[in-house]
Amino acid sequence: MRLLPYGDRALLVELDDTAAVVTVADLVRAHPAAATLVADVVPGARTVLVVARPGVTVDQLRAIVPAHKHRDRSDPGACEQGLSQRETVIPVVYDGPDLAVVAALTGLSEREVVAAHTGTPWRVAFGGFAPGFAYLVGGDPRLRVPRRDEPRTAVPAGAVGLAGEFSGVYPRPSPGGWQLIGRTDLPLWDLDRDPPALLTAGATVLFEEVR
Amino acid sequence: MSTPVTGLLVRAVGGPCLVQDAGRLGHAAIGVGVSGAADRASYALANRLLGNTVGAAVLEVTLGGLEVEATGVVWACVTGAPAPLEVDGRPEPTGAVLALRPGRRLRLGLPATGLRSYLAVRGGLDTPALLGSRSRDTLAGLGPEPVRAGDVLGVGHEVAGEILVDAVPPATYDDRPVLRVVRGPRADWVADADRLVERVWRVGSASDRVGLRLEGEPLTAVPTRGELPSEGALRGAIQVPPGGGPVVFGPDHPVTGGYPVVGVVVDADTDRLAQLRPGEQLRFRWA
Repeated sequence: MRLLPYGDRALLVELDDTAAVVTVADLVRAHPAAATLVADVVPGARTVLVVARPGVTVDQLRAIVPAHKHRDRSDPGACEQGLSQRETVIPVVYDGPDLAVVAALTGLSEREVVAAHTGTPWRVAFGGFAPGFAYLVGGDPRLRVPRRDEPRTAVPAGAVGLAGEFSGVYPRPSPGGWQLIGRTDLPLWDLDRDPPALLTAGATVLFEEVR
Repeated sequence: MSTPVTGLLVRAVGGPCLVQDAGRLGHAAIGVGVSGAADRASYALANRLLGNTVGAAVLEVTLGGLEVEATGVVWACVTGAPAPLEVDGRPEPTGAVLALRPGRRLRLGLPATGLRSYLAVRGGLDTPALLGSRSRDTLAGLGPEPVRAGDVLGVGHEVAGEILVDAVPPATYDDRPVLRVVRGPRADWVADADRLVERVWRVGSASDRVGLRLEGEPLTAVPTRGELPSEGALRGAIQVPPGGGPVVFGPDHPVTGGYPVVGVVVDADTDRLAQLRPGEQLRFRWA
């Protein structure tokens, strides 16, 4: 773990893997002094950005960042530690335009891709692409595929995709470069809901095939 | 017939005109950024002058061009970029509290310096809040739609105290400001981070609330570094994409980004960034 200064009001905590990011982000949020010192906690793929409230110094932030022990990146249980009670089931029709490509890239059959995607719980690691978009980690490692060479200019809301170690669901129509394997009718972002995002930090996600 | 809302009827809009407040804090985990007034000090000053609650919503007016008509008695004040201000054709100073009687028209011309003026009303603007804020986030498309001619903006009840000060001097902005910057967490991802403070930079025309695109001699990426996994971003962060032209994040920056941050503008200096116009020059110095 490394602590990198990020201007005069934030600290970037660099970690070994996304599982450690989820853990450290949770620990910082739960710290008793967080309410008075921390304006926001911004998880990334390998980092947690801890943003100070006005008048709080970076040194004060250092004091509440937990010492985090190194954990082997190959540890399959890493993501399941601290699994929260919040579990969201997302029904998916697996008819995405890139399902065959993902099968070819992974050496699995299309049915095996679906079985792998639905077979393991995922966890919300971080957000940032668009409101309500959650980068999900902890899924079957066989599903790691590169982004598309040519991003699509329009991906429909509800499209379920894969990229690198992540899976995700597009909350609204947008451009996008992920490999699309399916779609869901579940609204990921709904302004009439509190919070509007279906998937919040640390939540566990199970994909379920529907036909 | 129903009683008309006390507020402002928008007669004309010039550059982007957005409802802004202190922003949406603490929602990064669901992909929602802070947004809020770009020049926070000018925004806060306008609310203070009017005795408003901290966080009351105002109009952020880019390069003037706004004309509004009071639909009741409205106390108003303009801060930030010193746009020529007229009420029914009569010049009034910025930084002063003005009483607009029903039917009176307030007009903002093109400011001689600066980019963004803040038009506040006593009680704040009463537009629907989303996640605790009335700010328009231009990148995420959240919050009130950009203001257009014909809109009626109602006055709210966010009053904290009396109006104690009649006026403050208008803001002035120096040429080619020097802004303080802290070396960023990924400064070693470019071969020449010091170039940031050695060169004069020019604000590119594609700059907006998401980021200020700086033109000048580009920085050189270290080729062996490869691709950076997405990490959290902040207003004032200076990202360097592969082309080497730095982008300084503004209030509507993406919540996470994948380009190395080689420097971060000191928080207090980011308000000055918000008043830089395309074509203007600036320099940095290490804090």
